[in-house]
Amino acid sequence: MGLKQNLHNFKEKNKDKKWLPGFNALFTFLYMPNETTHNGTHIKAADDLKRTMNTVIMALVPCLIFGMFNAGYQHYLAQGLIDSADGFLGASFWTWDNFVIGLWKVLPLVVVSYGVGLAVEFVFAIIKGHEVEEGYLVTGMLVPLIVPVDIPLWMLAVAVVFGVIIGKEVFGGTGMNILNPALTIRAFLFFAYPTWMSGDKVWVHGAVERDQAIANGANLDAISGETLLGYYAKSGQELTVAGTDTVTTYGARAEELYSYADMFWGIIPGSVGETSKFLIIIGALFLIFTKIGSWRIMLSTVIGALVMGLIFNGVVDAGWIGETSKFYGLMSVPFWQHLIIGSILFGAVYMATDPVTASQTNKGKWIYGFLIGFISIMIRVFNPAYPEGVFLAILLMNVFAPTIDHYVVQANVKKRMKRLKAKVA
Amino acid sequence: MAKDSRLILDPLTDNNPITIQVLGICSALAITAELEASIVMSISVLFVMGVGNVVISLMRNIIPSKIRIIAQLIVVATLVIIVDLVLKAFAYELSKTLSVFVGLIITNCIIMGRFEAFALGNGPYRSFLDGIGNALGYGIILIIVGFFRELLGSGTLLGIPVLGDPIEKTGLYALGYENNGFMLLSPMALIVVGIIIWVQRTRNKALIED
Repeated sequence: MGLKQNLHNFKEKNKDKKWLPGFNALFTFLYMPNETTHNGTHIKAADDLKRTMNTVIMALVPCLIFGMFNAGYQHYLAQGLIDSADGFLGASFWTWDNFVIGLWKVLPLVVVSYGVGLAVEFVFAIIKGHEVEEGYLVTGMLVPLIVPVDIPLWMLAVAVVFGVIIGKEVFGGTGMNILNPALTIRAFLFFAYPTWMSGDKVWVHGAVERDQAIANGANLDAISGETLLGYYAKSGQELTVAGTDTVTTYGARAEELYSYADMFWGIIPGSVGETSKFLIIIGALFLIFTKIGSWRIMLSTVIGALVMGLIFNGVVDAGWIGETSKFYGLMSVPFWQHLIIGSILFGAVYMATDPVTASQTNKGKWIYGFLIGFISIMIRVFNPAYPEGVFLAILLMNVFAPTIDHYVVQANVKKRMKRLKAKVA
Repeated sequence: MAKDSRLILDPLTDNNPITIQVLGICSALAITAELEASIVMSISVLFVMGVGNVVISLMRNIIPSKIRIIAQLIVVATLVIIVDLVLKAFAYELSKTLSVFVGLIITNCIIMGRFEAFALGNGPYRSFLDGIGNALGYGIILIIVGFFRELLGSGTLLGIPVLGDPIEKTGLYALGYENNGFMLLSPMALIVVGIIIWVQRTRNKALIED
């Protein structure tokens, strides 16, 4: 008797136990269940929900590993321990030291995210008496990637409990949720603990602690790592360049801060897994190739962002807005650069395409994605308090997705009615 | 008089104006960020509803039904102005926190609802009990929501720090605890009310409508 048979016998023996869904959840990781549906129409296909989710996780793994290296790299870079920053393929990035620090900081985030989230799922499955649903597998992977590296673990745990219960379980569990649970978790963190979720200290490991040590009298240099968005959001304010007497304005020094190549390859401060645009594009191609992610949503989100960027560039070119305006910094960013600063690509590829919360119709997907991109850039430019508006834009469009679908379907019904009438007449 | 006691007890539990009838939500969202404001609001509504129900009940046979809403509004408005002036005289700081929401007691659906549904058809004593019962049912939810929002949002209760000092890092804050800023925003009041509704309906399945 093989392992599979043993496990199966074990399952048969404990059929009536309350904890059986918990066992099944782990069992189906390894093997396809050998039961078939007994009623209703069903599609026969090899990829069940668990296989689908695993594909997305595979697409996320490169981002996670990169995020670990980057966390360490930013940490040492900010402390001045890395002399020659030589880019994505450079020797100073892929070092063991970087990885160890990153692993030390990021792995607990993954463990807490999965541990707490799956515990909530198991509890609900047992209370409601159904099988454990797989919905949390991807959410649990996304959550560590979209938070700052230094977020306290208990905050993450509280947010995960909130996000899974209020974002998903109250609506009836996986497949019934209106909002993307991972983004619900991020939104909760953002509004509940803003000091840990935005600003110039949270993106680099150790920056906050060091700041406190300095406040207590330690003789250290302060380190900080602003994201480019946080930097632009302050444009127009005066800035004293460290070590010199030069006083300039924020927007003017953007080019000195990070090069386009750094932004594209992702060796900049930011949330753990969203910085590398290169790996996100690889993940996107993988998802499109396996037909898991919708290319319509990804493409239309990018188009939406570019259109909004072009409009803002037009406003600047037309001279309707002065250099002293606080919107000038972000408005004058060339439209294509909006794609490599901030996390719009990550949102477009992994968040907006969530099949449960996105629009279902093909035409609806175009509208849904376009508006996500459009609104993201709008929030980014107009609200300096939320320099990264992508998660808000996606949550907003999640709410409207069913409405979009409704009108798309109704329009189709109307069109066919007209055709039918023309035929009859 | 078993029936009379139900007039007070029902609105506290199985016929709660906020969690079951879903009335008066706006003020529950707006003023519950602090426990003190919740308590004062509850007392104000208790006064307005108790007295208002009696007055309407006494006048129920002389109010022409065509203009009864206007008559009711005048009664509530009068009582609310009394509350507002008393607050301004004796608790000025608090009256600034509550600001327009005291004035908006006039539009609180629970009050007009009880006038219409109960006081117009019952005697003054029973109307008084009904008014007190509903105001208590309203108040208890406000106080529960206010308790959790102030405790988790600001770490204080009635303005007194109970979890330690967030700036000096004493008490819980020494362990890395931080106040939850989301609790102070209105959406969280809605979610707390939702959780109360959830708990209540899980305990009493008869309340689940469908």
